[in-house]
Amino acid sequence: MPFLTPDESEALLLSLKISSVAVAVALPFATATALILSRSFRGRTLLDGIVHLPLVLPPVAMGFILLMIFGTRGGVGAFLKDHFGIVLVFHWTGAVLASMIFTFPFQVRAIRLALEARDQGLDEAARTLGAGALDRLINVSLPLALPGLVAGAITAFAASLGEFGAIITFVSNIPGETRTLPLAIYTALQMPGGEAEAARLSALSIVIAFLFLLAAQAIMRRATRKNEG
Amino acid sequence: MSAEIAIRHRQGAFLLDVAFTAERGVTALLGPSGAGKSSIVHMLAGLIRPDHGRIVLEGHTVLDTDKGLFVPPEKRRAGLVFQDARLFPHMSVETNLLFGWRRMGKRADAAEIARIVQLLGLEPLLQRAPKHLSGGEKSRVALGRALLATPDILLLDEPLASLDQERRAEILPWLERLRDIARVPIFYVSHSLDEVARLADQVVLLDKGKVAGFGSVFEVLAGHGAEKKLGAVLEAIVGEKEGDLTALIFDGGRLLVAEAGEKGKKARVRIRADDILIAREAPTAISANNILPAIIVDVSLEGTRAEIVLRCGSARLVARVTAASVRRLELAKSLPVFAVIKSVTVEGT
Repeated sequence: MPFLTPDESEALLLSLKISSVAVAVALPFATATALILSRSFRGRTLLDGIVHLPLVLPPVAMGFILLMIFGTRGGVGAFLKDHFGIVLVFHWTGAVLASMIFTFPFQVRAIRLALEARDQGLDEAARTLGAGALDRLINVSLPLALPGLVAGAITAFAASLGEFGAIITFVSNIPGETRTLPLAIYTALQMPGGEAEAARLSALSIVIAFLFLLAAQAIMRRATRKNEG
Repeated sequence: MSAEIAIRHRQGAFLLDVAFTAERGVTALLGPSGAGKSSIVHMLAGLIRPDHGRIVLEGHTVLDTDKGLFVPPEKRRAGLVFQDARLFPHMSVETNLLFGWRRMGKRADAAEIARIVQLLGLEPLLQRAPKHLSGGEKSRVALGRALLATPDILLLDEPLASLDQERRAEILPWLERLRDIARVPIFYVSHSLDEVARLADQVVLLDKGKVAGFGSVFEVLAGHGAEKKLGAVLEAIVGEKEGDLTALIFDGGRLLVAEAGEKGKKARVRIRADDILIAREAPTAISANNILPAIIVDVSLEGTRAEIVLRCGSARLVARVTAASVRRLELAKSLPVFAVIKSVTVEGT
C-alpha cells in the first residue's frame, strides 16, 4: 500500500487477520448460543448476562483476567502448553481470543434477533413435510437467519478492529505479532513527531469501520426485502 | 381408508371435545370461527398435542394418550396446507414442491410429479421465487407441495381464506380436481357453506368445540347456513336437453335448469330454503319449472316460521314457510306433498 509505511501495512494486515479469524471461530459458538437463548429455560437470564458481560467489563480488566487464566503459569495456560503446545499469551492467537470474547455479544445479539424474528409457521410447515429438528435448523431456520448471521459477523469484525485494552494487557504490543491498528496508533503517539502517522492510521480505522457498518446495514435491508411475502 | 379421531383438549376456557370417523373422500369441518376446526386439523397433523385422545390415520395409530403414544408431525405423513400457504421464501417454487417429497421417501416417481405439476398448472411457476407469486398461485404451490409428500391424509386448513372472491373462484376448480384424483382422505376446514356444498362428501358441523352434526353433505347441510338459508344439496346426472333447458336426473326426480355441464356428467345442485314452496296438490298453471313429489319427514315450528324437512328420493330438502301456512295446509309428518322449486344453483363437478 503506497501511502502506508511497511510497519503500518503490517499493523493493518495483522488487524484484519486477527479480526477475521476471531469472527470465523466465534460464529458457530455465537450461533449455538443464540439458538439456546432463543428458547426459554431456567437460567436464561444468567446466560444472557454472561454473554453480554464483555460489553460492560473494562477491556483492561478482561485482558488481565485472560492473562491470569491463560498465562503459562495460569492453570489453563499451563495445561494448554504442556498438552497441546498452544501458547496464547504474547501471541497473535491470544489477540484472537481476546477479540472473540469482546465481540461475542455483538454476534449473539444479531443472530438471536434474526432467529426470533423468523416465522414459526415455516418451521411448522417443514415439520409436516417430514423435516426433523436438525434438518429444519439447517435448511429453514439458519438460511432465513443468514442475513442476521452476516450482519452480526460484520459488526463484530468492525468492533474487533478497535479492540485495544484487552489485547495490550493480555498479549502485549509486539510488532508483527500483536501490534494491531489501535496499538500502532498508540505506539505512534508515544514517539516524538508520531502525530502524522497516528492521524493517518486513525483515519484508516474510521474508514474501515464505517465501510463495514454500511455493508452490514445493506445486507440486512436486502434480506428483509428478499424474504417478504 | 379412514381417519378416526377422538379428542378432549382444553385451551384456556375453551373445551374441544370431539369424536368421529371420516371415510375416504372430502370431510368438511364446518363451523363459525372459534368452533375448533383449525385446532382439529393441527391435532391431526401433530402440531397440537391434545390433553386426551386417540387418532388413527389409515390404520396407523399416531396418538394415544392412554398409552403415552405421540407420533411427531415429521413422522406422521399428514399433509397440511395452511391458510397462508407458508412457502419457504428462500427457495424456488420447484425446491418448495420437492421439500416434502425428498423427506418422505420420494414415493412419487417422475411421472407422478409431472402429473401433479400439470394438474395444478405449476409448470410456468417452477423457477420463480414465492414472493413473485399471486395469492392463488401460492395456494396452488402449497397444495402441490403437500401432495408430493404423498401423505396418508390431506388437511386443508381454510386454503382459500386469505384469497379474495375472484381468487377463490380461480382455485375452487383446482380443489375439485384434487378431490377427484386424491386417493387419501381429505379434511377441508371452512366456514363457507358454498365451498363445502361444492366440495365435501361428508360434513362435520362444529360449534363451540362440539360436534353439532355429522353425516353426508346431502343430509347435513340441508337446513343449515346463515339464517338456515340452505334448503338442499344434491347430486344429479346431466341428462337430455329439453328445449332451452337441460334436465338433471336424480333419484327423486328431474330438475330443469338453464345451464349444466356435458351430458352424463355429475353436477351438484344447491337450493335455497326460501326457494322451496310446498303444495298439497300438483300445481298446474305455474311459472316454476321444477315440481317434485316429496314426503314430509319433519315439521318444526319456530314462532311465526316453520321448517319443513322433506324426503325426495334419497334427497333431503328443507323448506322455510310460515307457521300460518303449516296450519292452513295441515302439513304434518308422512304427508305426501309437492315441492315447488323456484330456482336452483348448479355447480359442475
